[in-house]
Amino acid sequence: MRYAMVIDTLKCVGCSDCVVACQTENDVPIGYCRDWITETVDGTYPNILLELKSERCNHCANAPCVRCCPTGASHIVEGGIVLVTAEECIGCGACIESCPYDARYQHPDGYVDKCTFCHHRLQKGQLPACVSVCPTKCMYFGDLDNPNSEVSLLLKNRKHKTLAPEAGTDPHVFYLI
Amino acid sequence: MIASRRKFIKISALGLGGILASTSALNIFGKNSYLNEKVVKNISKNFKKTATYCEVCFWKCAAWAYTNEKNEIKKIIGNDDDTHCNGRLCPRGTGGVGMYHDEDRLKTPLIRTTINGEETYREASWDEALDLIASKFKTIKETHGAEAIALLKHGSPGSHLEHLFKAFGSDTIAEPAYAQCRGPRETGFGLTFGSWVGSPEPTDIRDTKCLVLIGSHIGENMHNSQVQEMSDAIDNGATIITVDPRFSTAASKSTHWLPIKPATDIALLLSWMHVLIEEELYNKKYVEKYAMGFDELKAHVKQFTPEWAYGITTIKPAEIRKAARAMANAAPATIIHPGRHVTWYGDDTQRSRAIAILNGLLGSWGNRGGFYFKEKIKVPTYPHPAYPEPKWGWHNLGEQYPFAEMGITSEIIKATIPSDDQKHPIKAWVVAGTNLINTLPEREKTIEAINAVDFMVVIDTMPMEITGYADVVLPECTYLERYDGIRSATNRTPSIAVRTPAVKPKYDSKPAWWISKEIGQRLGLEAYFNYNDFEEVIEWQLNKLGTSLDEMKKIGVKNFERTSGPLFLEEDQEYEFATPSGKIEFYSQQLANQGFDPIPVYTHHPEPSQGFYRLNYGRSPMHTFSRTINNPNLSPLKDENTLWVNPKVARILDLKKNQEVWLKNQDNILSTFSIKVRVTERVRWDSVYMYHGFGHNNEKLTRAFGKGISDTELISKVVVDPIMGGTGLRGNFVSILTENPHKNTEI
Amino acid sequence: MIQEELFTSGRNIPNIDPSLEIWHWPIAVYLFLGGLAAGILFFGALIYILGKEDTYPTAVKSASIIPPIALSLGLLALVYDLTHPLYTWQLYTTFRIESPMSWGAWVLLITTPLSFLWTFSYYREVYPKLEAKLKVFNRFNFLKTVEKFTIKNRKNIAYALIPLALILGVYTGILLSAFNARPLWNNAILGPLFLVSGLSTGAAAIILLSKTKAEKHLFGKIDLGLIIVELALITHMIMGYFSGSQVQLEAMQLLVNGDFTLMFFGFVVLLGLIIPGFLELLELLGFKVPVVVPALLVILGGLIFRFVMIEAGQLTRFLY
Ligand SMILES: Nc1nc2c(c(=O)[nH]1)N[C@H]1C(S)=C(S)[C@@H](COP(=O)(O)OP(=O)(O)OC[C@H]3O[C@@H](n4cnc5c(=O)[nH]c(N)nc54)[C@H](O)[C@@H]3O)O[C@H]1N2
Ligand SMILES: Nc1nc2c(c(=O)[nH]1)N[C@H]1C(S)=C(S)[C@@H](COP(=O)(O)OP(=O)(O)OC[C@H]3O[C@@H](n4cnc5c(=O)[nH]c(N)nc54)[C@H](O)[C@@H]3O)O[C@H]1N2
Ligand code: SF4
Ligand code: SF4
Ligand code: SF4
Ligand code: SF4
Ligand code: SF4
Ligand SMILES: [Mo]
Repeated sequence: MRYAMVIDTLKCVGCSDCVVACQTENDVPIGYCRDWITETVDGTYPNILLELKSERCNHCANAPCVRCCPTGASHIVEGGIVLVTAEECIGCGACIESCPYDARYQHPDGYVDKCTFCHHRLQKGQLPACVSVCPTKCMYFGDLDNPNSEVSLLLKNRKHKTLAPEAGTDPHVFYLI
Repeated sequence: MIASRRKFIKISALGLGGILASTSALNIFGKNSYLNEKVVKNISKNFKKTATYCEVCFWKCAAWAYTNEKNEIKKIIGNDDDTHCNGRLCPRGTGGVGMYHDEDRLKTPLIRTTINGEETYREASWDEALDLIASKFKTIKETHGAEAIALLKHGSPGSHLEHLFKAFGSDTIAEPAYAQCRGPRETGFGLTFGSWVGSPEPTDIRDTKCLVLIGSHIGENMHNSQVQEMSDAIDNGATIITVDPRFSTAASKSTHWLPIKPATDIALLLSWMHVLIEEELYNKKYVEKYAMGFDELKAHVKQFTPEWAYGITTIKPAEIRKAARAMANAAPATIIHPGRHVTWYGDDTQRSRAIAILNGLLGSWGNRGGFYFKEKIKVPTYPHPAYPEPKWGWHNLGEQYPFAEMGITSEIIKATIPSDDQKHPIKAWVVAGTNLINTLPEREKTIEAINAVDFMVVIDTMPMEITGYADVVLPECTYLERYDGIRSATNRTPSIAVRTPAVKPKYDSKPAWWISKEIGQRLGLEAYFNYNDFEEVIEWQLNKLGTSLDEMKKIGVKNFERTSGPLFLEEDQEYEFATPSGKIEFYSQQLANQGFDPIPVYTHHPEPSQGFYRLNYGRSPMHTFSRTINNPNLSPLKDENTLWVNPKVARILDLKKNQEVWLKNQDNILSTFSIKVRVTERVRWDSVYMYHGFGHNNEKLTRAFGKGISDTELISKVVVDPIMGGTGLRGNFVSILTENPHKNTEI
Repeated sequence: MIQEELFTSGRNIPNIDPSLEIWHWPIAVYLFLGGLAAGILFFGALIYILGKEDTYPTAVKSASIIPPIALSLGLLALVYDLTHPLYTWQLYTTFRIESPMSWGAWVLLITTPLSFLWTFSYYREVYPKLEAKLKVFNRFNFLKTVEKFTIKNRKNIAYALIPLALILGVYTGILLSAFNARPLWNNAILGPLFLVSGLSTGAAAIILLSKTKAEKHLFGKIDLGLIIVELALITHMIMGYFSGSQVQLEAMQLLVNGDFTLMFFGFVVLLGLIIPGFLELLELLGFKVPVVVPALLVILGGLIFRFVMIEAGQLTRFLY
């Protein structure tokens, strides 16, 4: 089992629904977020390229945040999901410093929080909140170890990229381009 | 590495997989309950689902409101069976929880009083506020007639008040969704196809092969199922053509983007017709069978070559031809989208006509991948005595505009401002669910009218700008706290959806149905409100529709079979359009009879003078107009608007990213607040762009106050559509000030 | 070339946007104190093992008061910067071999008590007057047993302290350099650089407290050597950025041609290394230089260096 998220930048409209859905699903305090949207504009009027994408923790296979965590609060569970156990976390911030994507934040209650791939929903057989709300259906989620899963097939058939691959973290959120 | 005990617990809990297992396993070890809550917070919650439909915009997606054990609304999720949302709300609908939670909400009725010479509000009881309203209504009715009380409304509260007004004898009713929004296209399509476009638009986007968006910025305009279907169209490899002077999100998803010079769309549309006809690409069979006026049209557009249009629109002839051929190639599965907010330049009905005619030429109306024949369920009216016949109403106010089909807000304003030739003076206003100050152009006139009324009631959920002008402010509870009318909208298949309260009204707020009923009773209109709770009305209606409130509470949405026939025209089907000729009218005798151009013509519109830029505006995908800017869930996503400026302009004016600037329009109106510059290639050099809805100036909106600029306050000039009275808003020009013009004055 | 890149939905997370401010001054202080303590402990233990504690008593005896205080304050500073400090004990439920922070926590856990014991073993010798006043040994008899034990085991403690001090010194740099995500920090030089810098501040502290000319002279020489090594390492580090990736080039700009240039070149390199090095050289050559001046400059330079690295490092990132 290796969970991955695939996001189609050709369809994402940058509406931020995924951000709000995550907020209400996961009680993310107002003013913080586990996912966010970036916009990249390239070119000169009228020859312009625009890319909108939803970003979050990449659940890296080579996760520096887990390696640098002194307490083991940051850990990897089945499927490659990187999680933080709130009451093992001392809030040292090492993992935040170590993440090339700035995917983590300090929860106002002290511990560090981030995207969980909606672990609690997966356990119930549901898709992550952001994936299930996206109005353009541009987000896909599934098991990369299964060659016939939607995500595997998309990655097989379409051009894609990951963010900051040069950071060497082996991210598992993929962007179709 | 030491395997800590806690980790062991976690794994074993995972192993058991169950919700109960994980909580109890944690409990066995007697952990701090506060922490326990942290670990299992998302897992253990027992949610209750309540059926509702969304009120954050007017797409009315059916949804479930989830409340936890403490009866707090935690999240809202789309109803899977609903054709408006297919289980997925848009960001605003998902953030609808904030409408309920916003601690800035109106909390009690307020009555305007004077304390120490200063006007202010005092809190009042509902009885006092409603008694006051009823007594004012009575006096105005006695002296001026019930018709002199106008209702300006939008959204769900509107229908309850409309009932009250009609029962009371006033049909002086209007909403901004007509003359500031959809009016021109309804008239334009009505004149052509004999049918309104309506909402949701009957566009078969999911099956289209070619989608043409004229300004319509789907993706930023988040009308839900439309966004979803456009995404399906992308998946299906449909050709998307976007005509927009700005590189909109939709433009970025398009096969062809035509960066048109603003205000020249009719020229482009005419040249497209020219190409289709001259190159014989139009749908001949369809046109022959269903349309009239083709020859006149052909003769009319003969002169409008792409070369001619190039000089006007700046779009290269080759591009125009390429796009026209792509449309024809895909036809009839081609949609030239009617747009929605179409009150642009005052010739909007004609532009909508041109769009309709183009669709007619391609044969898309009534064909798969084009426009489907919509259908809706008629919800039976709860029995009440017949309404009295008012002596005058919105019809009379809009007389000047022969094809106006709904009340025109700006005409109500005109009729409120005292003048010599006033035939139908308006003396009082009830405003419900519309923030006229940030909604209507020519703000000065709106305020002049407000100053002229004897009495004004505002029913709102939030202390929006408009509430500050009221004599009585009534706090409505949010859509999550009330019953409302049954939603029945046109779609591929008819459906109904219910809105039931997920929680009790917060603070001392009340639903609009209750407010209407209470006022009605005080006016002796009990017979019209023959129920204790609106629940009874819905229950009665649902029973008539073959279901029940109990069932609807469980399913939220009920879909029905179509009864009006197939979605699309059958091969060679005889079909009568609801136009005078029974045909699609390329040539409109109706228009000709009233002295308007029977076939659209291009007219030149003013352009910005030196140092001025056209004020362009549009939707931010995560906000609805001015209503969500203060929403605690949505405001952090975008808490202020920015001024999009082309890099060339930035260079000339020496503007830097994030620099604060002020705007001054052609009528020397200054923006109240400043706005940060966004230097971007996405906007043309002759325009600036901003999201509509920002720049709130009511300090009670703690998150929204002073954030960004209100486009509305800079729209002081309108070009009125002579056909239906729509107010063209896009003809305003602004200059950019880098120094604070208010430095020496109090804001 | 990217024309424009921005957050569409306002990311404005406290301490993260627009740039990281997760680690504040306490971390810089913590790293500085750790390096200082490591330096003193290293020299003290080394000289003791070499049997030279009578020739160079400051290093072994009187300066040994600094490490336990520095380490305690450093730990306090660290805990002060934690956002979930009540859970600090979680550091000691596990040892994470890949986590520098974990290494640091454990090394501190062992080093700090050892440094206390070391100081304690010299307490009555170095501070007879204080003991005369406090009379703790009279009040608590068991202290004598402890003292006897520590004095007997001084050599063992010293043997333990040498590697521990080195690990501690390197750790202060590795903690940062392990962060791949912060291009300014992510280079192999930072460990040795922070170690050398720590040793240098340690030597400077010994000079400050020293009363004999011979000892001042020796540590002046040591310090000069360390300064030269440090300068070489800094040059090496900058060269490393130069040949690095785009993000590293951008990171370097902060130091070389940006907001931190004055701080870095003015205060750290010039005032904290070159000038004190020059003064120490003059002193070695027989000129009369008040050695307090270079020593203080070195210590101050070391502190500022850590502030600069912490602050600037958090401004550097991979994306955006
Ligand atoms: N400058 C400019 N003007 C425009 C537009 C534009 O793009 N630019 N767009 C035009 C268009 S297309 C339209 S449709 C109109 C929309 O115009 P409006 O409908 O006036 O839009 P909002 O600003 O959202 O105002 C809605 C008001 O309803 C209140 N409200 C929300 N929910 C409830 C409720 O449940 N009950 C009650 N009683 N009140 C509620 C909100 O607090 C707010 O005060 O604006 C038009 N005007
Ligand atoms: N997120 C969100 N979605 C909404 C709403 C909302 O408030 N928020 N409101 C809903 C409502 S009521 C409405 S009416 C719709 C409105 O949504 P639309 O009908 O899509 O809006 P318009 O204002 O017609 O279109 C705005 C676009 O027109 C472009 N434009 C400006 N001038 C010209 C021109 O001269 N020619 C051409 N071709 N294009 C031009 C602008 O650059 C912008 O991209 O949105 C609906 N959806
Ligand atoms: S919800 Fe979907 S379309 Fe909207 S921003 Fe997120 S990924 Fe993009
Ligand atoms: S994205 Fe950041 S937080 Fe997530 S696994 Fe990778 S390094 Fe860790
Ligand atoms: S902040 Fe928490 S999760 Fe992050 S490294 Fe420190 S202890 Fe681990
Ligand atoms: S997967 Fe879940 S936690 Fe992660 S961003 Fe999506 S909604 Fe948030
Ligand atoms: S489109 Fe969005 S805001 Fe409008 S009704 Fe649907 S969910 Fe609500
Ligand atoms: Mo609208």
